[in-house]
Amino acid sequence: MSTVTAPVSRQPLIAPNFMRNKIFLGMSPRDYFKSLMTPGHMIAWAILAVGLPVTFQRFTGGLAAVTNLTDANPWGIWIGIDVLCGVALAAGGFTMATIVHIFGMKEYKALVRPAVLTGFLGYILVVVGLAFDLGRPWRLPYPMFVSLGTSSVMFEVGWCVALYLGCQFVEFLPPLFEWLDAKKLRAWAMKLALGATVMAVVLSTLHQSSLGALFLIAPGKLHPLWYSMYLPVFFIISAVSGGIGMVIIEASLAHRYFKKQTGHMSHRDLDKLILGLAKGGALVLFMYFWLKVIGIAHEHQWSLLFASGYGLWFLVEIVGFILTPAFIFMYAVRNLNATWARVAAVWTVAGLVLNRLNVATVALNYNAAERYFPHWKEIAVTITIFTVGVMIYEFIVNRMPILLQHPDYVGDDH
Amino acid sequence: MNINRRDFLKLAGVAAVRVAAGSIPSDSFASVEEFSGNPDRRGVLVDTTQCIGLNCRRCELACAKEHNLPPLEKPPEDASVFNERRRTHPNQFTVVNRFPGETEDTPIYVKRQCMHCDEPACASACLVKAFTKTDQGAVVYDASVCIGCRYCMVACPFDVPTYEYGSALHPRVRKCTFCFESRLKEGRPPACVEACPREVMTFGRREDLIKVARQKIARHPDMYVDHIYGEHEVGGTSWMYLSKKPFEEVGFRTDLGTTPYPSLTRNYLSAAPLVMAIWPAFFLSIYLFTKRKDELAKQNGKHIDNHTHGDNHKETK
Repeated sequence: MSTVTAPVSRQPLIAPNFMRNKIFLGMSPRDYFKSLMTPGHMIAWAILAVGLPVTFQRFTGGLAAVTNLTDANPWGIWIGIDVLCGVALAAGGFTMATIVHIFGMKEYKALVRPAVLTGFLGYILVVVGLAFDLGRPWRLPYPMFVSLGTSSVMFEVGWCVALYLGCQFVEFLPPLFEWLDAKKLRAWAMKLALGATVMAVVLSTLHQSSLGALFLIAPGKLHPLWYSMYLPVFFIISAVSGGIGMVIIEASLAHRYFKKQTGHMSHRDLDKLILGLAKGGALVLFMYFWLKVIGIAHEHQWSLLFASGYGLWFLVEIVGFILTPAFIFMYAVRNLNATWARVAAVWTVAGLVLNRLNVATVALNYNAAERYFPHWKEIAVTITIFTVGVMIYEFIVNRMPILLQHPDYVGDDH
Repeated sequence: MNINRRDFLKLAGVAAVRVAAGSIPSDSFASVEEFSGNPDRRGVLVDTTQCIGLNCRRCELACAKEHNLPPLEKPPEDASVFNERRRTHPNQFTVVNRFPGETEDTPIYVKRQCMHCDEPACASACLVKAFTKTDQGAVVYDASVCIGCRYCMVACPFDVPTYEYGSALHPRVRKCTFCFESRLKEGRPPACVEACPREVMTFGRREDLIKVARQKIARHPDMYVDHIYGEHEVGGTSWMYLSKKPFEEVGFRTDLGTTPYPSLTRNYLSAAPLVMAIWPAFFLSIYLFTKRKDELAKQNGKHIDNHTHGDNHKETK
């Protein structure tokens, strides 16, 4: 709390005071670096020590140097986890912004900024993951400005993600300006942020579902239990459930590990919010489960459920990782037990990851002679990207008014 | 709330216009969806009953030469090449595979390459329009715009496109070109067709080839199954096949249907502008509704409980 409440210094922007107050958390550089020597940071740096050389190898030796991708299996976990899960799990940002700013449920306000921040970081990391996966990532702007393939679902995804990143940046401006003590800019950013929120809902609806629609063009390759005309709907609904799950997890972890910033909220208040979200989580998961069942019924795929290992695996996904967490959420709400709500949240997120992995790798090319399993270096890159995300999150919440309200702006809603 | 209603509407309006303008032009599907087809487009009819395979593979050799590809991994004399079922590769745009025939001594050889679909999945899937179906019938790829997402490879129902995973700076999608630049453009048959010693392949107008194929089937019903593979599959392909055995037994997928692949995603993409038009209005009304409720309540001096906003959670006891 010390940094944000420190007396406002009217120094030129980059001054020794700025570094000390804003970057080094009010410590001397030496003390600051000493404060970083924690076990958590050590693990993070160890992961980077593995990930960075692999990164170098990827960009000098091509995809073949670090991946198990082949002509028969062009997409692996960098698409399945880094992109598909990354986007879905970042859905907490737009979900919370919609609940609070559009539906007017102000009691969840404290959870909006952290969710928007993780959403924003999540999407930046998705783009980073994409940069690893694309053959020529430096051509990322091509679909926008050079050659427009308008008949492609991927084109839609590209545009929406790019515009959405813009929206999230705008939504992130108010805390940024509060941190920099720029009052006028902050007031201007607050006005923009509301427009960005509306646009964010539109863009999220579109690209979350578009990620599912990507697979509509592969009916011969995606296992019929996962292939459905409802794929776009499955993807948006499950993203909302995953987003709610992530917000519960994030809020709980932040409450535990960033006590300085979250101390203003009591456990009881947090549990109350989490139980509210749990109710939403249960609703969304039940809806998602029934949609999956309707998907099976619509395409008459009942017989496939018991025909092979894939049928069993599909049942594991929808009963074990959609229906089960839905019931746990319900149990938590009925018994006012926030711990079970947290369990359900982790379960839901695991189910979402499982679903995206199934669609992008396990059930895709199920009939091909040659199957895919990730190279350890692919896994290393995925873990590295996630670690970098956590580190940036930590850097930001230790400095900017994300988890707590800036004292100058208490009661100033937007 | 330091933003009034008019400001909000202005912002939301600007947002909506930006989305609508930035995204999908009205003629978005013209490139692949309204393919009526040049009636003179060329095709190739492959009569698999004529292919000798072993000690030949001159089509593979001719293809490698035409496209300056490295020499074949195994020379034509090497029979072991048929022990596994091969697929196309960045260094090999066409492959001949062997399938068991009616007896041990009469195996069936099937040459595969890009089918050059009339309405190509790869072209509709490409977000930078790297693929074009030319008037002459070829589906060609332009590496100069490709970003390397490999969605074309996921989309292709025939598993044709391949990728240069080993290249760090200039990876390309590689596939059969129908020898478009060097031959087809001038009306000449592709290198593989010309190199074939058994006239397995007939090059010509696609429409004529269908007639030729029908005649062959009618004249020799004992030699062919009554089906021209590629006439209707996924909306029709430029390369078509005749076979003695059912096509699924000689390496072809017969579950692909006749729907052109681009239409699999067309309906979805058409719904996108609807969301852009309806969503802002929908969420805006909800916003204005809740805001007005708050204002009215304030005027009446009433205290607003949390549960007025949608009964969202119980009190913790």
